[in-house]
Parts: sequence; C-alpha cells; structure tokens
Amino acid sequence: MTIRQASILTLTLENVAVYRGNRVVLRDLSLSAASGEILWIRGANGCGKSTLLRLIAGLLMPEAGEMAVEGRIALADENLALDPNLTVATALNFWAKMDDAGPEMLETAMTDMDLQSLRDMPVRYLSTGQRKRASIARLLASNAGIWLLDEPYNGLDSASCARLDQAISRHAASGGIILVAAHQHPSINVTLSLVMDRAGRAA
Amino acid sequence: MRSFLALVSREVRLAWTGGGLWLPVIFYLAVATLFPFVTGPDKALLARTGGGILWIAALLSTLLPIERLILPDRQAGVLDQLALRGWSDESIAAAKIAGQILAFGIPLLLATVLGSALIGLPEAKLPVLLLGLAFALPALSGLSVTIAALTAGLSGASALGGLLFVPIAIPLLVFGAGTLSEAPGNAMQLLAATALAITALSPFAAGAALRAGRT
Repeated sequence: MTIRQASILTLTLENVAVYRGNRVVLRDLSLSAASGEILWIRGANGCGKSTLLRLIAGLLMPEAGEMAVEGRIALADENLALDPNLTVATALNFWAKMDDAGPEMLETAMTDMDLQSLRDMPVRYLSTGQRKRASIARLLASNAGIWLLDEPYNGLDSASCARLDQAISRHAASGGIILVAAHQHPSINVTLSLVMDRAGRAA
Repeated sequence: MRSFLALVSREVRLAWTGGGLWLPVIFYLAVATLFPFVTGPDKALLARTGGGILWIAALLSTLLPIERLILPDRQAGVLDQLALRGWSDESIAAAKIAGQILAFGIPLLLATVLGSALIGLPEAKLPVLLLGLAFALPALSGLSVTIAALTAGLSGASALGGLLFVPIAIPLLVFGAGTLSEAPGNAMQLLAATALAITALSPFAAGAALRAGRT
C-alpha cells in the first residue's frame, strides 16, 4: 500500500481482498477516484462498506490486491472519537491540533455543522444527531483531501443533511475526493457509484 | 512533538476528570492510614514494615486505572483516528505512558511524603523510598498501559489485568523493598536497571497489543 501527501489526489484499489477472521469480507474489488470526485458506495447491511472505508483509511491491510492513496485521509464513522467530559469546542480543538488545523478552520467547520450554539456543552450531553454533526465537524476541520464518510446521514435532520451536502459539494469543487457509504442517495450529484453485493464484490 | 505533547496533556486531563488521578492516591493513602490500625502502635514494627507496605500499596494502586487507560479510547474510535493520522501504535503507547507517569506517578510520589508520615516510616528512610519509587513508577505506568492494552475489551479484564501485572511487577517490589532493608546491598541499582528495562520495553509491548486489538 502507498500513501503520499499530494496536491493532486488519487485513490486506486485493484482487486483487493480483505479477510475478517476466516470470512472474506471484500473480494476482487477495484475502484479509482481522482480530485473532485464524489463516490457513493452502497449495498446491503454487512456487505463490507465500512470495511472498505477502513481499508482505504489504512486501518486494515488487504490480504491481496494493490492499493494506492495519494493525499491525506479523514474518516467519520459511527465512532465519535470525542472525549465525553470535554466541551464540544475543546474536544474538537484537540483533533484540530493533531491535524495542524488553524483555529479559523475549526470555527468554520463548527459553523458549517451548526455547532456554535453547542460549543460549550459537554459532549456527553449531545443528542445522536448533534454527535454526528460534531463528528463531521472533526472531519471538516481535518485539512484532509480525501474524506471517508460512513453512513453520514444517519441521525441527521434534513437541515443538517443539507449542510453536509453543501460541505461535500464545496470540498469536491476544491479538488477533494469524497467517498460516502450510505443507504440513501446523497441529494448532491455523485460522480461515481459503487454497488457492493453480499459477497463483498462490486455488483 | 506538538501533537505528542497534546496527546500527553489529554491523557493527564482525562485522568484528572475521570478519577484516574485521585483514586490511586486515595487508595495509597488509605492503606498507609489503615495499616497502623491493624498492627497497633508498635513503632519498631511500623518502622520495619511500613516501607514495604507502601511499596505494595503503590503497586496495587497502579492497577486501579487500568480499565480507563485504553478501552474507552478503543471503543470511541480515538485509537483509529490517531492511527489514521500516521501515529504508530508504539507512539500512542508512549504518549499514554508519559501521561500516566504525570497523572499517576508524580501525585503518588507526592502522596508518599504524607503516607510515610502516616505509617511511621523513619525520616531517614523517606529519601530512599522516594528515590526507589521515582525509578519504579515509570515502569509501573508502562506496565499498566501494556496490561490495559492487552486486556481491553476482554471480559473480566480487571481480574486478568491483576493476574498479569503482579508477577511482572514482583522484581520491582522485591528490589524496591530491598532498598529499605538494613542491608540494602545493591538493591537500588537492581531496581533502577529493572525499572529502566521495563520502561523502555513497555511502549513496544503496549504498541503490539494495540495493533493486535485493532479490528
């Protein structure tokens, strides 16, 4: 696997396979995406969408095949990764420091996800949708070129979905790559669509 | 380096807010307070055994925060987010150990001054006890993070952690208590060497455990 920082982003998988225990979760899967592209990954529960995103994020290694990623990756999945006892602003600021993102970037991300009114609230008091927005704000402020979004619309109200779609569109327009694993079709124009079958292949 | 310090300071803050700082210190001082009640006001006995009791209390208090060191971060996805940002598992472990030294080791050293007074340790032995603990606490912190990484997510993790921890920590206890004996010999050198080896190896052992636990 190759991961490099680059101004032009690319993402290529060729015939990758991933095993979890004895089970083959992904098999013979290929995809490629370049700057400005939005890829919608869909398929039934358990078909390997989240595994695919974790593989691209480098959290899993492929058992077979080739993978090349050029650009920094940010992932927003079902795990919040924010300390429950901290306020929203402080918890997000920790990750902004980790990403070398300036305070303006974090403020913009919080505004984009309508979190300014919640900035001083401890994370443990957030509702499901608010937690999701905070998780997405972490991704927005990450300064990463490649966004991996795992079921990003779950728990979001329609206004928040629209905010997320706007952020995705802006990121694509500025040359980013966005992979969205979701059951529902994003209301933005997706460049590519990958349908996965239950065997973990592209259908 | 900036992000390493940010992670260390996060660990200290989490210990402060999550009880990882106060609970071990309170336990440690509670042992120092209760032990004289058991033995009675025999100053000679307390002077002879008090140092060893403080060593045992320090060792056992290391076990208290084990469940909060790795498991919450694994469940919340913090470890994944760090790995995604290029952090090696060994670096994550090293930051957690450094945070544990600051949040647990230093307060325990400070509490030792009070604890030794409560247990009636002779004043002349206090510097030796402090020096021994100063060597041992980084190793105990490294061990606690390693055991926490090994047992995170397992049922009965606390009990298993104790079973794993105590045998590995025995050399520290033996050499540490030996420094306070009437004929310490080279117990301090052996303690320092053992503690240094454990401290140096801990980030690698804990890092391997973190990697093995990633799903």
